[in-house]
Amino acid sequence: MSPTPDPGAPGAGVSLPGHTPPALLRNFCIIAHIDHGKSTLADRMLQLTGVVDARKMRDQYLDRMDIERERGITIKSQAVRMPWRVRAGDRAGEDVVLNMIDTPGHVDFTYEVSRSLAACEGAVLLVDAAQGIEAQTLANLYLALENDLTVIPVLNKIDLPAAQPEKYAEEVAHLIGCEPADCLRVSGKTGEGVAHLLDEIVRQVTPPVGEPESPARAMIFDSVYDVYRGVVTYVRVIDGQIGARDRIKMMSTGAVHELLELGVISPEMVKSGGIGVGEVGYLITGVKDVRQSRVGDTVTIAARPATSPLGGYSDPKPMVYSGLYPIDGSDYPALRDALDRLKLNDAALSYEPETSAALGFGFRCGFLGLLHLEIIRERLEREFDLDLISTAPNVVYRVIMEDGEEHQVTNPSEYPAGKSAQVFEPIVRATVLTPNDYVGAIMELCQGRRGQLRGLDYLSADRVELRYTLPLGEIIYDFFDQLKSKTKGYASLDYEPSGEQEADLVKVDILLHGEAVDAFSSIVHKDKAYNYGVTIAAKLRKLIPRQQFEVPIQAAIGSRVIARETIRAMRKDVLAKCYGGDITRKRKLLEKQKEGKRRMKMVGRVEVPQEAFIAALSTAEVSDQGSGRRGGR
Amino acid sequence: MRGAQGSALPTAPLASAGTGGFGVYVHVPFCASRCGYCDFNTYTVGDPDEREAYVTALYADLELARRTLCGHGGGGWGSHRGGGPPQVTTVFFGGGTPTMLAAEDLARILERIDALWPLAGDAEVTTEANPETVTPASLAALRSAGFTRISFGMQSTAPHVLALLDRRHAPGRAEAAVGEAIEAGFEHVSVDLIYGTPGESAGDFAASLAAALASGIDHLSAYSLIVEESTRLGARMRRGEVPYPDDDVAADRYLLAEQMLTDAGFQWYEVSNWARDAGGRCHHNLTYWSGGDWWGFGPGAHSHVAGVRWWNVKHPAAYRAALAAGAAPVEGSEVLTADDRHIEAVLLGVRLAEGLPASVLRPGAVREAQAAVAEGLLEAAAWRAGRVVLTLRGRLLADAVVRRLIP
Repeated sequence: MSPTPDPGAPGAGVSLPGHTPPALLRNFCIIAHIDHGKSTLADRMLQLTGVVDARKMRDQYLDRMDIERERGITIKSQAVRMPWRVRAGDRAGEDVVLNMIDTPGHVDFTYEVSRSLAACEGAVLLVDAAQGIEAQTLANLYLALENDLTVIPVLNKIDLPAAQPEKYAEEVAHLIGCEPADCLRVSGKTGEGVAHLLDEIVRQVTPPVGEPESPARAMIFDSVYDVYRGVVTYVRVIDGQIGARDRIKMMSTGAVHELLELGVISPEMVKSGGIGVGEVGYLITGVKDVRQSRVGDTVTIAARPATSPLGGYSDPKPMVYSGLYPIDGSDYPALRDALDRLKLNDAALSYEPETSAALGFGFRCGFLGLLHLEIIRERLEREFDLDLISTAPNVVYRVIMEDGEEHQVTNPSEYPAGKSAQVFEPIVRATVLTPNDYVGAIMELCQGRRGQLRGLDYLSADRVELRYTLPLGEIIYDFFDQLKSKTKGYASLDYEPSGEQEADLVKVDILLHGEAVDAFSSIVHKDKAYNYGVTIAAKLRKLIPRQQFEVPIQAAIGSRVIARETIRAMRKDVLAKCYGGDITRKRKLLEKQKEGKRRMKMVGRVEVPQEAFIAALSTAEVSDQGSGRRGGR
Repeated sequence: MRGAQGSALPTAPLASAGTGGFGVYVHVPFCASRCGYCDFNTYTVGDPDEREAYVTALYADLELARRTLCGHGGGGWGSHRGGGPPQVTTVFFGGGTPTMLAAEDLARILERIDALWPLAGDAEVTTEANPETVTPASLAALRSAGFTRISFGMQSTAPHVLALLDRRHAPGRAEAAVGEAIEAGFEHVSVDLIYGTPGESAGDFAASLAAALASGIDHLSAYSLIVEESTRLGARMRRGEVPYPDDDVAADRYLLAEQMLTDAGFQWYEVSNWARDAGGRCHHNLTYWSGGDWWGFGPGAHSHVAGVRWWNVKHPAAYRAALAAGAAPVEGSEVLTADDRHIEAVLLGVRLAEGLPASVLRPGAVREAQAAVAEGLLEAAAWRAGRVVLTLRGRLLADAVVRRLIP
């Protein structure tokens, strides 16, 4: 891949980093829902601007990680510098530089999205012309509007037979207050309308404005760990200039780093002597941990530092916790090493060692949300070849005891004993977009999850936006699946943290043969404790095979038992079949049984299969065949 | 230590074989029809030529074994025993349904065995039989050919149970066949029962036991219905047409069998086997369970000689083809490691009424055995006398006990 644009490409020549007047810069991002075609559109832009030629084009060039590619989502954003010669209109022939800043596409990464947006002056609102806008897109649109970005509405996939551009143009126009005719129409797949879109970006988006003579201030909008290069930090310069020989300073910590390299992405890294006002580029300092180069922080020059940082910085705060345990206890060091590695590239991941009586040694990990949890878990299993049990995710509770003592509870089993005066739980503001047929079902679901309706709007004749306040703890447990199943997959959800509320919560313990199993403890609303206890106890009865003795399963709040099931003692465990002289088969069967037992976790004297820990906490129905009643052995 | 598939037999250990009796097993892979629960190596045939081809191949198999065991002047078994092959103490014809072959066929196979390896004077010679495949005349022929013991697949006397198992014989036929066998002069007659079939009541099973006991047998095997996934019955259960067997019901049935058989003067000598006296026990099976040596002939037959196990190719056509080419019809083999042998000794020995010498157990297992005694799974008196013997409850949980006693 040639690192520099083809000299014959449109726009080549004006674009030397550090020497581009802000008036010729346009910084924009693309706001889109998963699979509405953002990556394909970005690919076409790379081709049209000549930074990637068609022959070398790899589909969805910007999504680098396999998991992202497979999931069709972009976790980490990047910024690509593209030269562009305007093709039509008043400015036809003018050479400009476009910086396309990629944004994460999921609810858990709202903060990262907000920083990416803050690095831009414009946003392309990309909507699938066959599907219409989705809740996360809407939430990001609102973020863009709050950041005073110029929003260019674009309907994508107009080549699809199912496309309804008129209908969705109405909807989008209604949302951002423009005319339906203002919605551009493109096909990322065929390239139709993409050049016009680039021209419109130049025309509509305002150029960046900053103080070139002031001390440098650049905002970090992404920070990525690379095995070979260490941390690569992506910045947008607001004021001043950063030169390749400068020593930089992180304003949140005061830490000073030598710059090893500075440059722009086009779409590979291109070294440069400096970057100035309005420009977007990368910095490499040799630090090995993205925590030393945090998204939202302000970078300045150590020799001539700015006095005040840019606004909007905040530390990533874990919202959801889960215990991760290796199925094979001897994998614990490998799990620790793997988390240490992932942490290098993930400032939001937190973890500390934890011991569970049921699951052994593991880590209590904090995540931005459920998707974040799933991604980390999947990467641990896939990239590090670990088999893991994860406990049911929980949120952080603040418990104030009667004596005034305050506890932060990140693990239900550590819920303080004794009398609590107040318990606070985190809440979120959630937005659900749905065809109006499902409004009733969604209201029922949200009310069942202790939701408070804050508003309801028709986006168009048949699409509704519902706004709810919901306890976060109520939506991390199968809410999204329920939402999808109740709306045949049509509804979309977005939410953002919105503080905390006092709630009547209790801790439900599950006792197996009289012993509380820490991994099954859960904090639930008082009105739901009974149901929860009954459900889990019934599930466990089916999941835990019969033992040689009777095993009571109890759900209890404190010392009060609220549900009980019994696993009857196993009476028959013998190969009562004539195997003739095939002793080998008999021995193998026994060795298999023995191996099966080895994979059990001992909880007191009770053998519990690994699957029970996973299945008990999932929403799937458990069939009776797991109950060990079958004679098939 | 499983050997590569092929026709070569591990010959080295054969030299030390046969010190504690020697068994011959003959697998007859034919049935009139396949029962829905059966996963044994058997085929339905209507063609008499195929049976004849089977007998021809079996002869070749016997000859080949004789040559392997006795060697050609020098090596092999014979060099240790003045050139003579080992004396055969038990012969067992199993299947399939051995009595799908004519009595004369079984007789000539036995004759051939006797010619190649002298049978001991008191050798136990058993054939399995289905009640509907014997007549007083065929039974008399078998008896006069030297068969001493016959084991009938009775399974149940309840018509609805037999129907679910796809068994063909009319109710009452099994008991009649037992009577005919005794009439023909068989010293030992056994029946097999299956319990725990869905739809079988406690009364059904009690009636089956009572009928079996009244028929004059001196041995009974009772097996719980085990549904293998690969069988027709397994498929019906997966589809929900037939409920799965229930382990609690099976346990109740086992206790019922123990009660009725004990009351009738029988004693258990293996978890699934009871006999009226020591002479009525199946000595051939005891060879299996005590780590003894035997050679299996016929498709899919298993053998064990001096720490080597091997098994023949399963399909009759493959079996015939191997022998026609002069090769041993062996599909695979394994040389047992010390651990394998230990596991087998515990696994098989614990299931016997005489039990296992405590000295066989490894140190960790001794503690487990003590715990099992305390939990009522092993007999306390036997343990004090240095033996590991299951209690009645322990017999029902034998696998759990074994898992604790092996490394």
